[in-house]
Amino acid sequence: MSRPALLQVTGLTVRIAALTVCRNLAFSIAPGECWAILGRNGAGKTTLLHTLAGLRPPAAGVIELAGAPLAQLSPRDIARRRAVLPQDDSDAFAATVLETVLVGRHPHLSRWQWESAEDLAIARAALAAMDIGGAEARDVRTLSGGERRRVALAALLAQRPDILFLDEPSSHLDLAHQLALLDRLAALARSGQKAVLMVLHDVNLAVRCCDHALLLDGGAAQAGPAAELLTATRLSRLYGVPLQAVATERGPVFAPG
Amino acid sequence: MTRIPATLAVAILAAVALAAFALALGVGSIALDPITVLRALGGDGDAMPRMIVQELRLPRALAAFATGGSLAMAGALLQVLLRNPLADPYVLGVSGGAAVGALAAMLLGLAAWLIPAGAFAGAFASTVLVFALARGSGAWSPTRLLLTGVIVAAGWGAVVALLLSLAPEAQLRGMLFWLIGDLSAPPATWTPLVVLALAMAIALPFARDLNALARGDAIAAALGVSIARLPWLIFALAALLTAVAVTTAGAIGFVGLIVPHAVRLVIGNDQRALLPAAAFAGGAMLLIADTLARQIAAPAQLPVGVVTALIGVPVFLILLRRER
Repeated sequence: MSRPALLQVTGLTVRIAALTVCRNLAFSIAPGECWAILGRNGAGKTTLLHTLAGLRPPAAGVIELAGAPLAQLSPRDIARRRAVLPQDDSDAFAATVLETVLVGRHPHLSRWQWESAEDLAIARAALAAMDIGGAEARDVRTLSGGERRRVALAALLAQRPDILFLDEPSSHLDLAHQLALLDRLAALARSGQKAVLMVLHDVNLAVRCCDHALLLDGGAAQAGPAAELLTATRLSRLYGVPLQAVATERGPVFAPG
Repeated sequence: MTRIPATLAVAILAAVALAAFALALGVGSIALDPITVLRALGGDGDAMPRMIVQELRLPRALAAFATGGSLAMAGALLQVLLRNPLADPYVLGVSGGAAVGALAAMLLGLAAWLIPAGAFAGAFASTVLVFALARGSGAWSPTRLLLTGVIVAAGWGAVVALLLSLAPEAQLRGMLFWLIGDLSAPPATWTPLVVLALAMAIALPFARDLNALARGDAIAAALGVSIARLPWLIFALAALLTAVAVTTAGAIGFVGLIVPHAVRLVIGNDQRALLPAAAFAGGAMLLIADTLARQIAAPAQLPVGVVTALIGVPVFLILLRRER
């Protein structure tokens, strides 16, 4: 018998206000996969991500996390299996980088439990994995936008989820850090048998790092392997901009025609 | 977020609070040495020090500590809840509502015990009003709550001004003292302290959830914190603490804003340490301020609200400069 999918979606309909984000959508995400959610501004990418992550209820359909329907899991149980990176985060209060990452251990601690040496080790390993280990004593409010993004991702890693839901993880990052981060996320998914599902704006980053894609096109959502969905024809229609594929050593790159 | 500095900080502040009690009970027009104070507390020694300590200074000291502790804890809770380090217990309009209740009772010439009753009723009414208006569609929104509180407080401010303009000269002084914050006639000795202890017992189990909430609603929700229920629990606790504090001593300013902020600058923003530390620090600060208020212009007594502002502002500015 094969292992249950990390995320199994059947008959999913998501609506926000008058917008139907997707209708009767079905797909499943297996360990090791890296998914991109693509679509125009306002297509409902964030809404879909939040629905899949169990932060808002769907209009219809069932979402199963590692074999268990989300509706039957407590928020804490869900938080032990999946992590969510919001689109924007800003810190109102001074806190060190290490303290900020330790907050990710929250769902694993009981009500009266304090962070143990093991939690500290997990947090430090997460910082190292995001290549920002040297900053653990710094105040998060003094970090650059890119550093802050990496700290937020380290907090997600400290949560030790099976599946990561990321809303524009590469925002605020320069090109080198975008590539390094997404390569690292894809490698993490493959080696750690985790899965990553992320909203991306850059089609070429999705092509480079993701093996699957979810295209949101005015209610007609499609999910499937990247090789089938990330084509010049489909992407041109998705964004309403003529795109052409340019062959490179690493595969196709899409450029406005 | 290591354990020892946090517990150490709380322990030090508890010791400071104890020292403030010793000071408050010993200092006055008749100075008493610590041994006499201890004997008087135990019911021993001469009748005179026993009466001074047990009937005059202890009730006032307990009320001062509980009021300061409650305001500081309410401020700490609201600053996290609204994700705004500038929030203070009065942003919810509680003090305005209490002031209208208390001043109306004074203006109508009601019995003395009805003045705190009026204050509490006003505070409660204001809380319910802000809660109902801010709840709106049901979704939790810090901005909406903050704006509603500020506007409702402005409305109460207008009513207070109206009552002051209508009041006869003879009552103005009493009204003014109430508005500044005054501990000379606390209506209850132990109740505020019990409320503070209860609120702390309810809030502390959720302290780590508050750490997550401080990072933002979205992050807290993703970590499994109930952002549908927790904010309203915190709102209710903060409102109760503020209402009891205002009923006990009038609208004392600065403690609720400055103490949690100052404590945060020193020990960080881990709510598990911050909440008890702020309560001890706020209690100690108000106790010391009230002792000064009794002494500075003796035999005249100053309203303690004047002293908290005079101490609070420079202390806070020094802390803020040190941080940069």
